[in-house]
Amino acid sequence: MKKKESDFFDRPKNLKAMAAILIAALIGLLIFDFFVHKHPFFGWDGLPTFYAFYGFVGCVLLVVIAKNIRPFLKREEDYYDD
Amino acid sequence: MISMFPPALVLIIGALIIPFLKGRARSAYMLILPVVAFFVLQSIPEDTYGLMRFLNNDLSLRIDQLSLVFGYAFILITFIGTIYALHVKDLGEQVASYVYAGSALGVVFAGDLISLFVFWELLTLSATFIIWSRGSKASQGAGLRYLMVHIFGGVILLAGIILRVVQTGSTEFGYIGLDTLSSYLILLGFAINAAIPPLHAWLVDAYPEASITGTVFLSAFTTKTAIYVLARGFAGTELLIVLGAIMTVFPIFFAVLENDLRRVLCYSLINQVGFMVVGIGIGTALALNGAVAHAFADVLFKSLLFMAVGAVMYRTGTCKANELGGLYKTMPITLIFCLVGAASISAFPLFSAFATKSMIISATGYEQMTVIFLLLLFASAGVFHHAGIKIPYFIFFAHDSGKRPQEAPPNMLIAMGIAAFLCIFIGVYPKTLYSILPYPVHYVPYTPDHVVSQLLLLFCASLAFATLMITRYYPPELHAINLDTDWFYRRGVPRLIALAGTPLSRLNERLGHAFLEVLPRSLIWFGQNPSAALKIAVDTVLMPFRSESRKAKAKKEINLAKASSATYVLRPWSIGSAMGSVTLFLAAYLLFYYLF
Repeated sequence: MKKKESDFFDRPKNLKAMAAILIAALIGLLIFDFFVHKHPFFGWDGLPTFYAFYGFVGCVLLVVIAKNIRPFLKREEDYYDD
Repeated sequence: MISMFPPALVLIIGALIIPFLKGRARSAYMLILPVVAFFVLQSIPEDTYGLMRFLNNDLSLRIDQLSLVFGYAFILITFIGTIYALHVKDLGEQVASYVYAGSALGVVFAGDLISLFVFWELLTLSATFIIWSRGSKASQGAGLRYLMVHIFGGVILLAGIILRVVQTGSTEFGYIGLDTLSSYLILLGFAINAAIPPLHAWLVDAYPEASITGTVFLSAFTTKTAIYVLARGFAGTELLIVLGAIMTVFPIFFAVLENDLRRVLCYSLINQVGFMVVGIGIGTALALNGAVAHAFADVLFKSLLFMAVGAVMYRTGTCKANELGGLYKTMPITLIFCLVGAASISAFPLFSAFATKSMIISATGYEQMTVIFLLLLFASAGVFHHAGIKIPYFIFFAHDSGKRPQEAPPNMLIAMGIAAFLCIFIGVYPKTLYSILPYPVHYVPYTPDHVVSQLLLLFCASLAFATLMITRYYPPELHAINLDTDWFYRRGVPRLIALAGTPLSRLNERLGHAFLEVLPRSLIWFGQNPSAALKIAVDTVLMPFRSESRKAKAKKEINLAKASSATYVLRPWSIGSAMGSVTLFLAAYLLFYYLF
């Protein structure tokens, strides 16, 4: 007896719906960020959208840097095998 | 004196009985042991107890708030790890795991530096056997390198301990602080186990080569005992703030590129330990509480992630990102547990790290450390990026690998379930964990601005991931490895030796010739007939002063003596020349005596 496989995440309709929910949540959070009472440590970290901006730019930079150091670090999988 | 039994020995001595049990009895026994250890620990009131005397030093057991948190975490994860490994029949791994867990308890409850060192070394040895017990060629090599690195660290630690005991006259293990040479040596010994860069490569090298269950154990103990000893001995050491911040940041670049998902988890392990090291370096009550709480949370969510990836590896035989994908179809429960681990390590609100890691980041804020604050924030986004998104995405979604494995076995699911429950429990109800921390906690994790800020950080990190995936900028997962600092001892040193080999071996040859052939030969020659040798020497020195007529004769005599000094018995010296040389020696001796 074989159980029926789920293909929930393969249906474009479901994926689109999920993306829409996530984007809506993001927009909601961004709006909320302007009104919430902040307790910043430095001042600038209390600016609206600071964390959103930092998270996005930080991760793009992370990948860009990682991608650019890859040629220097990449070796064959059996590099250390004698 | 109250009679009591060190909890460490419950597991270590208990481990020695495992071989005598079979089948279900062994499983039951192994599950009971950590429970017994827990109740033994519970029965001992908080205090320091002298256990016995060793070489005029007290060996002691210390139970206090700081050591208890780690003790609880270790016993808990021993229990969970054992459930996860119930299907394993490898006796060597089982015994090694329990000795290993017991040694970690031994380190944490050691009140003096001597018993600390003994358990420290036992931790290394048993970990090596766990790595070896996988039995593959790669694990043999990795285990040996692990052993060498940690023996090196152990020797440095021992040197520091001996120096310190001689200087202070006490073996007590308390606050050390960075001042004299001994404290630097002890810190270096601790730093190797904490995987502080550039001494971190052993972790990424060895842990992914252990067995599925072995890695779950390994990930929980060594680095966390190191965090404990750092918190005990080096709280407030500023150097640790810088090192910890580097630790949080650099591994995430490697984690993005790494294809082996257990290796990705190893990089994120270093990253998480970095947060704790920063907290210890800051040393305020909030920061130390944060470091300890985060260590507790990390033991749970990191092992949960290792268990989830391990379950996938158990069913599919691989944990390479480019060979997996689409497993959500057949392993949905493992997926859910993996997501709980991912959300916990990423500090999503309602998951454990949100209540623990944020204490450390807030501490950097209160201390106005701008750069460190920004680095930790970057590392938080980065860890979500690779551990939170990359791992579940490449295993369960991404492209369909065509693999349709069964769901993980029940014992694995139960173990993951317990860990997942605790991750959520700590996140939802952090007060329980806060109540066992070393200092009173005033920190409130759930404020509207903290929740919103953290959610925005994480949402936008995933937005970045999605954007880079859709635009196909994200570096593809490849069958490849990435160089790390272990290159220096795996390739660098052998190459250096090869390079320096020719000149060095030539020098070696010359020295060998001089010291092993020429010198002994001359000494033997001298020893066979010292008086003849001396006569030859004296005659040679006196040669220029002799008259022409005697020169030829003397030369002949020298050659004759040289040719057969061993067998040739010299004609005895004349009384005059014998007395002359004796007087000469006496005069030289007198001169030497008065001058010096």
